[in-house]
Amino acid sequence: MLKEIVFHGRGGQGAVTAANILASAALKDGHKDVQAFPFFGAERRGAPVRAFARISDEEINLRSQIKEADIVVVLDTGLLSVVDVAAGIKEDGLILINTNMPPSHFNFPCKVATVDATSIAIEQNLLVSGIPVVNTPMVGALAKFLGISIEAVKEAIKERWRGEAGEKNAKGAEIAYNMVKT
Amino acid sequence: MIIDTANHIAALAAKMAKPAVIAAYPITPQTTIVEKLAQYVENGELNAQYIRVESEHSAMAACIGAAATGVRTFTATSSHGLLLMHEMVHWAALARLPIVMVNVNRAIGPGWNIWSDSNDSMGQRDTGWIQIYASSNQEVYDSIIQAYKIAEHSDVMLPVMVAYDGFILSHTSMPVDVPEQSKIDEFLPEFKSLWKLDIENPITHGNIIMPSDYMDVRYSMNEAMKKAKKVIEEVGEEYGKKFGRSYGLIEEYMTEDADYVIIATAAIAAEAKEAVKKLREKGKKAGLARLRVFRPMPYELLKYDKMIVIDRAVSVGLGGVLYNELRWMGDVYGFIAGLGGKDVSYTDIMRMYELAEKGKEGWYGIEVK
Repeated sequence: MLKEIVFHGRGGQGAVTAANILASAALKDGHKDVQAFPFFGAERRGAPVRAFARISDEEINLRSQIKEADIVVVLDTGLLSVVDVAAGIKEDGLILINTNMPPSHFNFPCKVATVDATSIAIEQNLLVSGIPVVNTPMVGALAKFLGISIEAVKEAIKERWRGEAGEKNAKGAEIAYNMVKT
Repeated sequence: MIIDTANHIAALAAKMAKPAVIAAYPITPQTTIVEKLAQYVENGELNAQYIRVESEHSAMAACIGAAATGVRTFTATSSHGLLLMHEMVHWAALARLPIVMVNVNRAIGPGWNIWSDSNDSMGQRDTGWIQIYASSNQEVYDSIIQAYKIAEHSDVMLPVMVAYDGFILSHTSMPVDVPEQSKIDEFLPEFKSLWKLDIENPITHGNIIMPSDYMDVRYSMNEAMKKAKKVIEEVGEEYGKKFGRSYGLIEEYMTEDADYVIIATAAIAAEAKEAVKKLREKGKKAGLARLRVFRPMPYELLKYDKMIVIDRAVSVGLGGVLYNELRWMGDVYGFIAGLGGKDVSYTDIMRMYELAEKGKEGWYGIEVK
């Protein structure tokens, strides 16, 4: 079964890294093929960016853009007023938002899940230059809806960042995995 | 199994082929290849001379000089970089130097565009370089390793270009199986050149050649290109025996009973496999022949009654590059699609198939929709 995921973030927030960690975790968890790729435009720090991931139990031959996502991940609620994140989501799809609001707060024509990745990052002192790191907690939350084990996510994270940084990011992902609301 | 972008995988493959000299100039979307290679040299993982040059023309000139001393070389470029290199691209092939180069396919400007388009590498089709087009990151790795073995074969001695789509592959992470270095060393032993420039035994190279003999040089290149077909197949088979993934000049998919066979290269050819599956589900007898090798052109293998050729390159004033190379072979329909990175999905390819069934062809999305 092919799953297609779109990440909306801001340049510097790590949307591309999130897609890569997800792909790595999915492969560790036994899926046969994965892809992770950015959309390259005129991105700058703070500008809206997109990243994509595909997960499948068969060989993935697709090389085209994702037009209909199973899950859309929003790293920054500020994007909701500038980007139509629900465009191109499947009817039975899911939007996963980084926010302290409950899912009922949002009005989308599909399911919504929320997790307060920003607060998790601050509580865990998961900061880079004082800015909360939300991408790894969001991958943790996302794993829940894709049936990917949190162990695989943590392993993928620790492979990317050795030592304390890896531990902190993995912890953040695990907390988000347990806290995400639908 | 590792997961990484095609560019990082290309750098890893180049490293594992153990080139003695790398000379390259960064250009989007190739940049992360040379960054990674520079890192490998800097941290001592790769014992090579890394020459930072001021242009792509110099990058190839440096590879030519190095290869003429009998060592393995590597460079990588894209688009305008390849075009600036063009004079030296010819030179490398005429000098029969087994240089391996990656070209990350990118459109030519203006209008400025960094996305995928095969016009850069297909524009080098008459230079005497072997051209391999990869459709996945795994194939990027495998093809670079094989490229050295093909280029350095005594029947060939021609440079090899490994090309793949900018961003669609270059910046996309996919799983790749990377063999152990010792196994790669067994497959690709140290390069022993048939000749070399050596100060202990001076010879001249690249000297003037009179009209009476110049044609013989060209003829021998053309003969080497013909022999390269067999060598590419043998090397691809040997690679398969050792590493479990075999390669040929083309890869056929459901062609046996096909009404129309789609001919495409690189990323579009991978996407076309999905289109063929979906067309079959709809009861249409579609097939695919993915053209892995563009030079030498394996036209003798493309014996199909009806063909649909999808080009991501155009010869302005003539039409699709691949289409015009194959149209003499019979009932051939040509589509130009995906120029400058325009998305080509399997639904687009299915549409092209249906258009061809109605006898239509042309610029997809503009002339035919």
